[in-house]
Amino acid sequence: MSLLELKNVSKIYGDLHALDHVNIKVEKGEWLAIMGPSGSGKSTMMNIIGALDKATEGEILLDGEDIAKKSAAALTDIRRDKIGLIFQQFHLVSYLTAVENVMLAQYYHSLPDEKEALEALDRVGLAGRAKHYPSQLSGGEQQRVCVARALINYPEIILADEPTGNLDEANEEIVVEMFNKLHNEGTTLVVVTHNPEVAEVAQRTIVLRNGRVDHETVNENFTGKIKHITLM
Amino acid sequence: MKKRKMYIRMITASLLRRRTRMIIALLAITIGAMILSGLVTIYIDVPRQMGAQFRNYGANMIFTSAEGDISPEDVRTAVSVIPSEKLVGLAPYRYETVRINDRPVMAAATDMEGAKAASPFWAVDGEWPEEGGQIMIGKNVAATYNLKPGKKMTCSYLPEQEDVMDNYMDFTVTGILDTGGKEEDYVYMSFEDMEELTGESTAYDICELSVSAAADELETISQTINSSAPSLTARLIKRVTQSETTVLSKLQALVLLVTVVVLALTMICVGTTMTAVVAERRKEIGLRKALGAGNASIVGEFMGEGMILGAAGGLLGSVFGFIFAQSVSMNVFNSSIILMPWLVPVTIAASILVTGLACLIPIKSATKVDPALVLKGE
Repeated sequence: MSLLELKNVSKIYGDLHALDHVNIKVEKGEWLAIMGPSGSGKSTMMNIIGALDKATEGEILLDGEDIAKKSAAALTDIRRDKIGLIFQQFHLVSYLTAVENVMLAQYYHSLPDEKEALEALDRVGLAGRAKHYPSQLSGGEQQRVCVARALINYPEIILADEPTGNLDEANEEIVVEMFNKLHNEGTTLVVVTHNPEVAEVAQRTIVLRNGRVDHETVNENFTGKIKHITLM
Repeated sequence: MKKRKMYIRMITASLLRRRTRMIIALLAITIGAMILSGLVTIYIDVPRQMGAQFRNYGANMIFTSAEGDISPEDVRTAVSVIPSEKLVGLAPYRYETVRINDRPVMAAATDMEGAKAASPFWAVDGEWPEEGGQIMIGKNVAATYNLKPGKKMTCSYLPEQEDVMDNYMDFTVTGILDTGGKEEDYVYMSFEDMEELTGESTAYDICELSVSAAADELETISQTINSSAPSLTARLIKRVTQSETTVLSKLQALVLLVTVVVLALTMICVGTTMTAVVAERRKEIGLRKALGAGNASIVGEFMGEGMILGAAGGLLGSVFGFIFAQSVSMNVFNSSIILMPWLVPVTIAASILVTGLACLIPIKSATKVDPALVLKGE
């Protein structure tokens, strides 16, 4: 059984079909990249998979359970218990320190545990920056705090929406390396990206166009390492 | 870290982060609480203050007797019903017609100290009588007989029995009484002098009392006296007690109105500030929801911030409210206000309630934030 399965999922806004009968499967422990031009439906799909939005029609099976018709409160529970979210713009709470931002996810999930939150920051190489506020951290460091926050509750799936969109090359490499590490530990990753370099690091890439799956590629030479294209 | 500790950390950090906005909200709550606390203090203390002021306008209760005379014994029994701290003055009177230069004049025997306390508005040119042979005369009497303080005069009393000779007694005028009322037609002497002049033992015709109490309490006191001392009748002087009640009720209505208006303005100010804060924090609210915060958590966090503001504003308002009430009392009544410690928790609770109500609409809009919309990319 796939960890995540979308069956004929559509999202319709008036006359616009943001997603049009999409079928996708994501296996447990898989690293999937979703690509596509602007307006192709990437963010809509991300919101629907992330239980932030509801599909107009179709089934969304997460761990065998159809979440498509769940209430807003039930979707909140699903986000809290099963999904780790990483955003392009980091979205850290500005008045909480790095470790408190990680603990925020614990707070809503169960109980805040500072030791565990510090360990999560240590995993992303930020143990020394735990007491710093977001404004005192670089973009790359902020995104690593987001990664620590996303994985603190051991979610079944981590969804990252353009996780490297606001990062320079060096930080991009660090974040991708972290994803590789998480993948090696068995975490399921779905990464939405514009960046082909980031997409081709994944095991499989789905390309969306006009709300439909245009094509799908499997990375035969999967290493989990980013290969930067050097312009001559 | 316990969940509660994290909760407190989050809401205090959030308040401190938006210092300027929160200071404005805190200021509004403090002013509201100050007006509330100050005006409630005045509202409660005004009857006492006004009661004391009204005591300057004379007696508000009288004792009469259907049988004619009131014995000092009955008066003592009746007065024992009135709490001693509330009895401002007690003036018993005995009236007899005496003659000055063979013309009849009404003479009143009284206890001078009691009359002075019961009728503080009496203006006396000269002195009040202090010993036997001294008399205070009304302004009209003084004008009729051309009398001044220090002058000698003779009063005569014609007993009812025809075979008894007139009694004569010499007095020294100590003061001229100016009240603007019927008292100016009277002469005032001590009970001992009246006894000597009339040759009869003096019972009282009437007793005037000045009691520092609200209308309701006065009514209760008079009813108690009427049941405990049936030989006399205690009655309230309606023109005094009613005008006191009217003034007080109008003042209290004004105080209530001002308090309600100020609290409504406080609610509007806090509500506006919290609406701005919610609008500012839409992304953060979206993030919290994305991380799994339910509506109850969002309500709890914003309400927590409101409660802290309400409690802090209420505490500050209680302190400033007392200072405000004290200043009003000193300026208007020239006396200090009584500290009411129970008003501090009441003001804090009222401030929390007002802040909570003011936060309802902004919090409702916070629960409607759609994380998918506010967290989407550029």
